[in-house]
Amino acid sequence: MPVITYREAVRHALAEELERDPNVVVMGEEVAQFNGAYKVTEGLLARFGPQRIVDTPISEAGFIGVGIGASMLGIRPVMELMFWSFYSVAFDQILNNAANVRYMSGGQIHCPIVIRGPANGGTNVGATHSHTPENVLANHPGVKVVVPSTPADAKGLLKSAIRDNDPVFFLENTMLYGEKGEVPAGEHVVPLGLADVKRAGTDLTIVTYGRSVLHSLAAAEVLEREHKISTEVLDLRTIRPLDFDSVLKSVAKTHRVLIVEEQKPFASVGSQLAYMIQREAFDELDGPIHRLATVDAPAIYSPPVEVEQLPNPRRVLQAALETLA
Amino acid sequence: MSKKPTAKEATTTAAIDHAQAPVNARLTPEERIELFRKMVRIRRFEERSLRAYQAKKIGGFLHLYIGQEAVAVGCCSLMGPHDHVITAYRDHGHAIAVGMDTKPLMAELYGKATGCSKGKGGSMHYFDPSRNFWGGHGIVGGQIPLGAGLAYALKYKGLKGAAMAFMGDGAVNQGAVHEAYNLASLWNLPVVFVIENNGYSMGTSQARSSAGELAQRAAGYDMQWGQCNGHDVYEVRAMMDKFLTLARETGKPSTVEIDTYRYRGHSVADPDNTYRSKQEIEEYRRTRDPIQLFQDKLLAEGVLTPALAEQIDTEARAEADVAADFSEASPFPTPADIQTDVYWEADNPSERRSQGRLFFT
Repeated sequence: MPVITYREAVRHALAEELERDPNVVVMGEEVAQFNGAYKVTEGLLARFGPQRIVDTPISEAGFIGVGIGASMLGIRPVMELMFWSFYSVAFDQILNNAANVRYMSGGQIHCPIVIRGPANGGTNVGATHSHTPENVLANHPGVKVVVPSTPADAKGLLKSAIRDNDPVFFLENTMLYGEKGEVPAGEHVVPLGLADVKRAGTDLTIVTYGRSVLHSLAAAEVLEREHKISTEVLDLRTIRPLDFDSVLKSVAKTHRVLIVEEQKPFASVGSQLAYMIQREAFDELDGPIHRLATVDAPAIYSPPVEVEQLPNPRRVLQAALETLA
Repeated sequence: MSKKPTAKEATTTAAIDHAQAPVNARLTPEERIELFRKMVRIRRFEERSLRAYQAKKIGGFLHLYIGQEAVAVGCCSLMGPHDHVITAYRDHGHAIAVGMDTKPLMAELYGKATGCSKGKGGSMHYFDPSRNFWGGHGIVGGQIPLGAGLAYALKYKGLKGAAMAFMGDGAVNQGAVHEAYNLASLWNLPVVFVIENNGYSMGTSQARSSAGELAQRAAGYDMQWGQCNGHDVYEVRAMMDKFLTLARETGKPSTVEIDTYRYRGHSVADPDNTYRSKQEIEEYRRTRDPIQLFQDKLLAEGVLTPALAEQIDTEARAEADVAADFSEASPFPTPADIQTDVYWEADNPSERRSQGRLFFT
């Protein structure tokens, strides 16, 4: 199976869907002539031309709104946000218009738009560029939220997202763009709302998603090797819809749960998960649910300290041992 | 403080007879009467809805269009098969102008399942994609990028049409509007941005809210622009025909500012006693009412008779009553309906491809 980077996997998904459906348009800042701020869209302009690969001005409310309007008439825009952090200047378009138009029209309209881009900390760019808004987005019924952790998932989930008739918000990670992994060539589609056991185990379940999956897998290695603890790492992949059956299945197996998320703790994805687990699997739990989140402050710039603000293998390991204590 | 010229100050002798504009000269008598009838139907619908509101049949806001009828009717009367409309929350006039049935419109205000949005949208959120009407949007200026997006889709598909993106004078200061202006001009999108200038952004007059001329801002985006009197449906049609044709034929966007006036408060929640005088409102009603002015024109043209005008009015009142009766008799949506029309996939389970939970408790 070909080994490619996460960045290439996203690009392959875009190219294959552009090839498959003439209504797919890629639009965003620097996606065409510049070849992508993070080179995700490199080469697409040369291959598909300026009608399909469209550079926009720095004008997120404007161009996201244009994409939403175009999607109501049957175009399938895949909008790139250079950083998901910039969603705040297009909040009304994304979460009033895209999220609500189907409902407010009594189901007469659907909005098949994808908004994608990186949403992560860890790159020393300070608080304005380090937002992880998956909890904010998923708080809006009508939208779907995807956070892939591996190249194969990035490709397969993006293809599903582009084919989906609801608005899908696809959160990538600049720290993952260079990560490599095996990705099936050609048609490889991963359905939204299906979690994946990235490592099987029997003593502890780590429920996680995005880059925190990698940290959790690294910690699981140490737990196995140094502490003889068998850890199951469950990658949610999609936040909404949520594959909660897989969470329940894993909890029933291990009876101990740690949630790891690159999220500020207040009203996070983990908060929702913890509520649901205690509500639906109370009798399966042998101890309180633990959670490891981003340390609760705006993203710090200082490079070595930012590492300690975010989940990392050392912090996951410590949290896992506390969960089992 | 009002920058709005009073009816006395305004020029009342039109330099041009807009009835002679080709787009109006070719109207048949029946078509002229239909324009008149639509304006009357809008007014009677809205008056009836206000009575229903006062009788506590309608919740939330109710932004009435009374006084502005010639704008929506004039603009929408020019729509071809690939022309589209989007507007803000003062949307009843546009909905009737594009041909929506008044029964589901009234039922939507009553919050009934038979409403045009099944009672899920309310007054500010009317939609009818089958008539190229894309709402009905609640946030000032938020619909304008969507209007540019409709135009983008037309251009992408190679269809000869135009989008009309309506906003009030209060919307021109919103960033989303300016971003849409820039994109539309940069990309040559066939959209006409229509500013319905009724003089007040809620209770703040134009003089107290907006620097400079409103339509002229389009020039900064290298867009053509125009201004016209919105009390004369012929003038609205003449001006809009020019810019719709520009959009359809060349793909170029434009901005048209249409001078109009609302007789009622910003919404029913506006006591309307702080920012303008009763005298100003009365002056407009007396001298510049778009329905009265058009009725006088059609009588002079010999197209309309007093008896027919009376009959049209009677029928419009009856239609509004029928709509209210229909709404009254209709069922409310049920609590089970709260969670339908949220996701396309949930509403089309046989075609669902995703898995997992879409809804949470």
